Amino acid sequence: MTQAQLARSSDPLLAVRDVNVVFGGIVALAGVSFDMHQGQILGLIGPNGAGKTTLFNCLSRLYQPSAGDILMEGRSILSRPPHRIAEIGIGRTFQNVALFPNLSVLDNVRVGTHARTSSDIISDSLRLAWVRRSESAVNTKVQEILAYLDLESVAHRTVSGLPFGTQKRVELARALAADPKILLLDEPAGGLNHEEVYVLGDLIRRIRDDRKITVLLVEHHMGLVMSIADHVVALNFGRKLAEGTPAQVQADPDVIKAYLGSKDQ
Amino acid sequence: MSAIEEVGSQAPAVEAVPKRAMTLSSGTAFVVVLLLLVVPLFVKNFIIFQMTMLLIYGLAVLALNILTGGSGQFSLGQSAFYAVGAYTSAILMEQYNINYALTLPVAGVVCFGFGFLFGQPALRLSGVYLALATFALATAMPQILKLGFFEHWTGGVQGLVVTKPDAPFGLPMSQDMWLYYFTLAITIAIYIFSVNLLRSRSGRAFMAIRDNEIAASAMGIDVATYKTLAFGVSAGITGVAGGLGAIAVQFVAPDSYTIVLAISLFLGMVVGGVGWLPGSFIGAAFIIFVPNIAEGISKGLSGAVFGVLLFLIIFLVPHGARQVAMVAQQLLSKVRKT
Repeated sequence: MTQAQLARSSDPLLAVRDVNVVFGGIVALAGVSFDMHQGQILGLIGPNGAGKTTLFNCLSRLYQPSAGDILMEGRSILSRPPHRIAEIGIGRTFQNVALFPNLSVLDNVRVGTHARTSSDIISDSLRLAWVRRSESAVNTKVQEILAYLDLESVAHRTVSGLPFGTQKRVELARALAADPKILLLDEPAGGLNHEEVYVLGDLIRRIRDDRKITVLLVEHHMGLVMSIADHVVALNFGRKLAEGTPAQVQADPDVIKAYLGSKDQ
Repeated sequence: MSAIEEVGSQAPAVEAVPKRAMTLSSGTAFVVVLLLLVVPLFVKNFIIFQMTMLLIYGLAVLALNILTGGSGQFSLGQSAFYAVGAYTSAILMEQYNINYALTLPVAGVVCFGFGFLFGQPALRLSGVYLALATFALATAMPQILKLGFFEHWTGGVQGLVVTKPDAPFGLPMSQDMWLYYFTLAITIAIYIFSVNLLRSRSGRAFMAIRDNEIAASAMGIDVATYKTLAFGVSAGITGVAGGLGAIAVQFVAPDSYTIVLAISLFLGMVVGGVGWLPGSFIGAAFIIFVPNIAEGISKGLSGAVFGVLLFLIIFLVPHGARQVAMVAQQLLSKVRKT
């Protein structure tokens, strides 16, 4: 299970080690291991029910693995509650967009900075000098991110009325506001048309290059994964089927069988 | 610029409470404060007393608004916090001879602690279940206050009589007028603190939790802490209102703080518009004056008249005073354009 580890000389940014997840007797993940290195775009693929989302939820601490470990920069994240994941540099987006619908775009992105700032209710109520300074730093940062993702024109709009594609960009902006080292993207192409998927792929690559953010891409859309990922991990029935470059994984007979079915089926 | 025009052309999105729309514009706020300062000089003491009560209930509704409109938690138990605040002030003033103004921060802190503690078990509940748990608190409170064990402090069923303070520094004004301006100063201060809070990092955390708990948690927000803090803040403000209420009414007794008060405050919040802070005071006016108006229309059927009025409001303007204010604002901007 440690071939991936041996193949690399540098220490991984994120290491998934023999992770098992069991739901009342059903094995959702069985001994899954892989490494993510700084600056990589890692694509996690697999048919429905392969365990992609389960693994994703382990990384964001919504599920507790029954065995194995997940290490961020060499330290286990499994003792951290979900709200203390953002502060170690793991940011995420959600499969069907989970924004704060009644808040403006600006406020949604401001909430993203929560893990990187501090305050208490008394200082906030009195709007003390240090709170004002911290808020103006937040605003500068948020403006920069909105400009980066071309969201300035909708900054004051309430999120619930925006088109789906724009909401997805707002979610990205919110995740970026926390200065993540790793960005977990849960099916970002879902619900987008061909043109939008192409633009999204470009954007993800740009975010990696400009901001030095490592990306874990959980995705159904093969075209997107194969065009932007540096490294692909394929799962099926909770097990790792194959791992390697997009071309290697695409050519792997087990992967082809999982997607298209074997001859004797 | 185009974005602003787009917003203007949309149908009013009444469901959403953008943060900027939670408060009044500075011009409107100035006029309101000016009226609140000047009007008492020209009216009778009884009207001044009613205006004081309006501010006090307004604070209590505001506190509920922070809890429900801000953090999305329901409470039908605000009367319990109000009672604790009232009794704290009354006991400190009458049993320990502490100055009335100093009893209010104590009432606030005691109620903050009480609310924060109550928020802990309430974390496991949401929606109607939370409403029911707080309802239980409101039902229990008058009986707890009557307990023989506390009678030495609370005066039991009899309650406590509170002395009304005179105006300080030999100011030439009646007790009622002094208490009004005293209450007004506290109300304005708490209102400003509340607006600051909701616009701050903490306020954003409250609203993020209201809108989506899982996403809030993924952003690093400690959902449990902020939910209990919201309960604490709400209870603290309600406690200050309760303390002021005790001083204004000059009397505390267990049966003044029944579930009826909690429901009134809830009603005030809905009529004022959930999440719209200025609406709290309009809602307070509703729960103080409309029952009297109903009685004026029909003595025997005042409850039924009140019910019909309430029904009409909920039917015609389901989002309360906030909706009226938004429509008025749109009309005003149309008039200005032409």
